[in-house]
Amino acid sequence: MAISLTIAARGITVTTSLSNSSSSPVNPYISQLSLRLNKFGSRSPKSSTVSCVLAKQPTSQMKLDNAVVQDQLSALQRPDSLGRFGKYGGKYVPETLMFALSELESAFKALATDNEFQKELDGILKDYVGRESPLYFAERLTEHYKRPNGEGPEIYLKREDLNHTGAHKINNAVAQALLAKKLGKQRIIAETGAGQHGVATATVCARFGLQCIIYMGAQDMERQALNVFRMKLLGAEVRPVHSGTATLKDATSEAIRDWVTNVETTHYILGSVAGPHPYPMMVREFHAVIGKETRKQALEKWGGKPDVLVACVGGGSNAMGLFHEFVEDKEVRLIGVEAAGFGLDSGKHAATLTKGEVGVLHGAMSYLLQDDDGQIIEPHSISAGLDYPGVGPEHSFLKDLGRAEYYSITDEEALEAFKRLSRLEGIIPALETSHALAYLEKLCPTLPNATKVVLNCSGRGDKDVHTAIKYLQV
Amino acid sequence: MYMAVTAKSASSILPQHNKSHSLFRLDSRSFVSYPLKSSFSPPMAAFSVASTTLGLSETFTKLKREGKVAFIPYITAGDPDLSTTAEALKVLDSCGSDIIELGVPYSDPLADGPVIQAAATRSLARGTNFDSILKMLNEVVPQLSCPIALFTYYNPILKRGVEEFMITVKEVGIHGLVVPDVPLEETEILRREASKHKIELVLLTTPTTPRERMKKIVEVTEGFLYLVSSIGVTGARASVSAKVESLLKEIKAESDKPVAVGFGISKPEHVKQVAGWGADGVIVGSAMVKILGDAKSSEEGLKELAEFTKSLKAALL
Repeated sequence: MAISLTIAARGITVTTSLSNSSSSPVNPYISQLSLRLNKFGSRSPKSSTVSCVLAKQPTSQMKLDNAVVQDQLSALQRPDSLGRFGKYGGKYVPETLMFALSELESAFKALATDNEFQKELDGILKDYVGRESPLYFAERLTEHYKRPNGEGPEIYLKREDLNHTGAHKINNAVAQALLAKKLGKQRIIAETGAGQHGVATATVCARFGLQCIIYMGAQDMERQALNVFRMKLLGAEVRPVHSGTATLKDATSEAIRDWVTNVETTHYILGSVAGPHPYPMMVREFHAVIGKETRKQALEKWGGKPDVLVACVGGGSNAMGLFHEFVEDKEVRLIGVEAAGFGLDSGKHAATLTKGEVGVLHGAMSYLLQDDDGQIIEPHSISAGLDYPGVGPEHSFLKDLGRAEYYSITDEEALEAFKRLSRLEGIIPALETSHALAYLEKLCPTLPNATKVVLNCSGRGDKDVHTAIKYLQV
Repeated sequence: MYMAVTAKSASSILPQHNKSHSLFRLDSRSFVSYPLKSSFSPPMAAFSVASTTLGLSETFTKLKREGKVAFIPYITAGDPDLSTTAEALKVLDSCGSDIIELGVPYSDPLADGPVIQAAATRSLARGTNFDSILKMLNEVVPQLSCPIALFTYYNPILKRGVEEFMITVKEVGIHGLVVPDVPLEETEILRREASKHKIELVLLTTPTTPRERMKKIVEVTEGFLYLVSSIGVTGARASVSAKVESLLKEIKAESDKPVAVGFGISKPEHVKQVAGWGADGVIVGSAMVKILGDAKSSEEGLKELAEFTKSLKAALL
């Protein structure tokens, strides 16, 4: 029961800080929703008890240590009523979409109090997606990082790779498909790079009987022929995008153009914590179940919190899903790992936060890869899921605040990690996830004994075997 | 027939432009050179040289007094190349354009359909950059009688710095600015800097914009209100949505500001129809861009552009 109280206190802290620091009527729902989501995260009768205890907790107990942190937390308004995380985020879209975005925001808000919706989503996440996903102690990987004196961190993997369709992506796709149904929109569009978000979207559209159109760069369609077939098998129409560089950024632009044209009948299932408000917030909330489960599982396994969270960052949805729950737990280190491609100085990378500059792409202000004229530069990564020139605005915010740390990993290092996890744990990770895993090589030697590291194993690597075969000798 | 000719020569205007500090910097930067083709003869007999070009709203005021509707063509800078753009601006001006919208090519033009996307891609592939566009404008704008509004996405403005951008474009004689990916909520900085430097920032309203929101947009737009005729991106369409007529009525009930209709207008009959519905201006983009993009040579493209412009302009007379 003491454990439940800790969770409760956490929840209230968030609620209090959010509603205190804003005069806007828009904000309180965020905390309402996170409490709701917490419910289908833990899904036990205990959770409703927790909520009751919660409400009775006096605010004064949650008072923060000092004024500096208080200031920082009020700055951590995520996002404000204009959809801003500090200066990042916002809605930089053609006027035609503004109504649809506010309609979407209202619908999303309404979900917080819609029991029927919550129940339906809860059920689907459990029985169709297969949640909750295990928090797995990676014993041999932990052994691998032990120092000669036998000391070293303990590595746990949050097994999002065990979800239906093999990655975290479906958490968001399933929730947005349900949302589209609520909005009365029968036509779904989505962009995809590697095809994982496309497959997840096609899957949920099949499940809910919705028309599905996936935009995919012509070049990516060639590289990911298997996923193209999967999407078609699931009944989706895959539209090749030839404009620009024919990759993910162009597929995203094309999906937005489709939405501008068909906004009255169509919902756009954006696949990351990027894009115009409310997407970064909404997609984060739909993935927040990852962090909520992690908190609960950590309590069960070692009676505490994780010390370090590690996740790969392309657009940044799996990382936000894991981080969000812990952003206010200052003692928990948050580490995002970007793709350094051929190397940070090669000009061929996707390390947006490390090497990018602030600008506006696909509806949001964030760090991005651009040239001196403000034209978007085509990124490179061996992992198609990280191969994006932008990043979710909240990551830019967390970076500037110093709340989260961001590092980068090359293609080569990621491939090594891909092989290492396969050999040590019998888990073939996605190449995206392999970037996070590769960072352990640098991180682990610096960590005190018994540090609890939770790494988001965001996806399985079956889809990448075709790519890896070209580089790895096994 | 519209023809503005003044006695002032270009050379008496240029020194004033050369004083600008940003153009000195410009010289030290690299830009694509664009040899102006001296051999090209414009279809119209003479270049018009304006001493004091009117701004966007002043242009509408003048036309209104004369009982005319503004004709506003759009072309993409640097497609097929900047020297053709320079000539095209002169052609459009001399064939009776009242305002010209010049598109700055961008790598990810969200509001544009395939024709203008392709033009931007070609232009960028040829090495067009913002400095080279400024250099071209610096030479061409003094030879034009009608004002130019730049149509550009937000990121290139941000990259340059909003204030420096305004200073720079003002110096080459730009009067107006359209930024299609910055809706009302995000316009604060742009509006402040634009108004400080006397650039008219044109805002857009669309068929999906609720009436209350349209009222706020029309209140703060400068130059004119850009009414997007249909739900979608730029590009020619078979017909103009009849909804435009009622939208125009709604806007006119709220404000006296001039309204120009764009997106999807490509034929003389469209132009006539929209003018008949009470629009103060008509914007034609993709159809213009297509002519220049599809032409076998720049010369042919410019000739065709002149013919097409005259046919559209005639529909307004």
